[in-house]
Amino acid sequence: MMKEYYSRIYHRKKMLFFCETVLLLMIVLAIRLGILMLAESDYYGEQAIDVHERERDIKAARGRILDVNGIVLADNVTVCTISVIHSQIEDSEAVISMLCEELDLSEEYVRRRVEKYSSIERILSNVDKSVGDIIRSYHYPGVKVDEDYRRYYPYDELASKVIGFTGGDNQGIIGLEVVYEEYLHGTNGQILTVTDAHGLEQAALGERRREPIAGNDLVISMDFNIQMYAQQLAEQAYLTKEADSVSILVMNPNNGEILAMVNVPEFSLNDPFTLSGVADQNLSQEERMDALNQMWRNDCINDTYEPGSTFKIITAAAGLEEGVVTMDDSFTCPGYTVVEDRRIRCHKIAGHGTQTFLEATMNSCNPVFVAVGLRLGIERYYDYFEQFGLLKKTGIDLPGEASTIMHKEEDMGLVELATVSFGQSFQITPIQMAVTVSEIINGGVRVTPHFGLRTQDQEGNITQFFTYPMTSGVVSEQTSESMRYMLEQVVANGTGRNGYVEGYCVGGKTATSQTLPRSNGVYIASFIGFAPADNPQVLALAIINHPQGTYYGGQIAAPLVR
Amino acid sequence: MAKKRTKYFFDYTLLLVVFALLIFGMLMIFSTSSYEASMQGHSAYFYLRKQIVAVGIGLGAMFIIIFMKSYYWMRSKVILGTAVIGSVILMLLLFSPLAFSANGATRWLDLKIVNLQPAEVVKLFMIVFLAGFIANGPGRLRDWKGIGVAMGVPGALAILIWQISDNLSSAIIVLGIAGVVVFVSTKNYKWYLLGILVVALFAGGYVLLTIYQSKNGVAIDFRQDRIIAWLDPESYSSDTGYQTLQSLYAIGSGGILGKGIGESVQKLGFIPEAQNDMIFSIICEELGLVGALVVMALFALLIYRCLLIAVNANDLYSALLVVGVMAHIAIQVVLNIAVVTNSIPNTGISLPFISYGGSSVVFLLCEIGIVLRVSRSIKVEE
Repeated sequence: MMKEYYSRIYHRKKMLFFCETVLLLMIVLAIRLGILMLAESDYYGEQAIDVHERERDIKAARGRILDVNGIVLADNVTVCTISVIHSQIEDSEAVISMLCEELDLSEEYVRRRVEKYSSIERILSNVDKSVGDIIRSYHYPGVKVDEDYRRYYPYDELASKVIGFTGGDNQGIIGLEVVYEEYLHGTNGQILTVTDAHGLEQAALGERRREPIAGNDLVISMDFNIQMYAQQLAEQAYLTKEADSVSILVMNPNNGEILAMVNVPEFSLNDPFTLSGVADQNLSQEERMDALNQMWRNDCINDTYEPGSTFKIITAAAGLEEGVVTMDDSFTCPGYTVVEDRRIRCHKIAGHGTQTFLEATMNSCNPVFVAVGLRLGIERYYDYFEQFGLLKKTGIDLPGEASTIMHKEEDMGLVELATVSFGQSFQITPIQMAVTVSEIINGGVRVTPHFGLRTQDQEGNITQFFTYPMTSGVVSEQTSESMRYMLEQVVANGTGRNGYVEGYCVGGKTATSQTLPRSNGVYIASFIGFAPADNPQVLALAIINHPQGTYYGGQIAAPLVR
Repeated sequence: MAKKRTKYFFDYTLLLVVFALLIFGMLMIFSTSSYEASMQGHSAYFYLRKQIVAVGIGLGAMFIIIFMKSYYWMRSKVILGTAVIGSVILMLLLFSPLAFSANGATRWLDLKIVNLQPAEVVKLFMIVFLAGFIANGPGRLRDWKGIGVAMGVPGALAILIWQISDNLSSAIIVLGIAGVVVFVSTKNYKWYLLGILVVALFAGGYVLLTIYQSKNGVAIDFRQDRIIAWLDPESYSSDTGYQTLQSLYAIGSGGILGKGIGESVQKLGFIPEAQNDMIFSIICEELGLVGALVVMALFALLIYRCLLIAVNANDLYSALLVVGVMAHIAIQVVLNIAVVTNSIPNTGISLPFISYGGSSVVFLLCEIGIVLRVSRSIKVEE
């Protein structure tokens, strides 16, 4: 009976129906698996790898810095980092004695690190590659020698404040190293090691390397030979005149390329954290940092000074451009001039007598330039000040450019106008002075001073050209031509005689100015010159801070620029 | 009638498939557990050894069942009663001092020599009970009273499993087995399809309600958390979605051929207790899509052999025993793979014969024993 009952077909049909349903579900799941493991395999697989792998950086070689002729100013050397991996060391005594010997370290120091239970323990960084190779040749298990790059400056002090240096992480700290960081630093590579969920590395699963991409080389407009020569001159002046500092700036007035920028005393780029000439034992951390920052300052950019008589170039250009004076206008200098209630004296106490404006420029006669300034008046003078770009920063590709310190237009009286006319009572940076004179003698084009020309890869293929803004029409070509002629006369026959170079046709202007407070007798001597005078290709500015003894600009600074 | 030689059938294919799954399972348990076992300070063979013992016990029980003279004694009223009352007692024992907890749920009994998971026993007992109850009184399921008993007893036990051991998955499996056995025993389709439709509507509504609540900041319970994590595991990768996402990482990184046996990275602690419910994802990672499909094919073959035996069984009772076992294995395989591939919300379901778990494998082997015993009674006329 049971048998008969069971023979009914529907039980079987239903079993089959159930099995078909299960089969259908399994097919659906198989398709789902197929989607996950084929179409979405990359998506989940990559995320899984992200979870599994621990990254260790491989430093990318930093791009070099090359001068305009390809001389390497900043390079890399390979150094090694020596570490030990506790769990892999087999003979710890042998490792300790070997490391002590090769690295010249105390046994106590090494023992503590070798016997410490940690995944990886660093023994010493910045080890010479030759020493690293020797240690590697022992083939001791658990001793790791990782290669690394360190910045190396072959000419050490050369242009130290321009080039700058890098920190322990190979990142620029000052100078061009900071500004061109993104081009120089490259992309670090990685060593990817598989770990378990607890973070333990799985040596058996091996490791992957993502190779580092080296940074691009930076080619700058600096000319090694000019920079070297300028530095020697500056050092000579620094020593013979016992000056506080000497700066020399050489640039192309037509496009703003800087060929040399010297700030003596320079410092050692390979050892930038040692204060030169200062006993730093007694300094607090903060005082030490201040002293270092002081040492690293680039006077041409970061500091302002009173330009003094060199600024008469600007007053003269403004006067000529506005037509309030011509080269042949006649003036009389009694040795002083009175503006409101102030008596402003000329450097020649006896006075220059009657002279043309050209002669007054050659004599650097203060009363004449006061007169020109007063003819222009406060408003027009201020407009020219602005038009010449003196109120804006130059936009040089170095960090920390200082702003002009100038009277506000509404606060300016005639006395202030008079002093500004011959370059006193306000402050600008040396680079600002150089750029402003450049635009006056180059036909009226405001250029952006710069070092960076281009970047290129290791093979020398250019990867990036830098371009800089130029604004033309700041002064007329006619005024520019007159200024070139007048400044040539200054050098040929006037106060700038020492700047005269046999066989060259040089234009220029000297200055001697006091620093504040006036009473302390601290002077700044400077000379700005350019050549050839009729078609300037190079412009140089030399500034000597606080020379001892004779302190007139023409006698000190002009020979330097030669 | 002249003398007729009767030869009895025995399903060697089924036996071979089960052996294949067991051996493969032990291999994978070793692969998935050895690293973490070492990390916990155990031997690398810690989990494998325990599983081998369980498989040994299970195989012993299986062969005893295969060589039983008869299995019809299991349909006696005494046995049926014992199965029901025994199931209840086993569940209630979880309130006794014998019980112990792991991972926040009390699911095991410490019987000093072995640990026992009562829910696994209940699944076997319910198969025995249902087959006996339905086959003992032909036409029993023609009235609502019969259906009420056939569904009510497993239903009540499912509620006990769910509430006492906080094990919704086992409760669903018990209900599922009962549902399939009752379905096969009755003529009707309409009511079952309607039932499935109602369940689907409820489930869908619950999911929609959960989405609505979570979007509007209404507090939701941990089950609803799992639904949200199911829909978007990557947003909950640090808590409720963690296991699912890690499982997907394992599956995805397998590709077509996998990383090779023993080469899984996800088993290195990323998937917690990878030898348990998530073992299939490690199979995918190590053996790829091909390996995963082979495993699924083995299960399909196992279910097909069960179907053949059920269809050819001598009587309804034998058939229903086999159907119960078949339903048990099929439901667990489908649900396990669905969970691992994040096709349904995460709930702990082990993969039969492969996942680590002593109670599960012992009682599954008992069930296989029953199926093989049934197969032995099938006459093959020559």
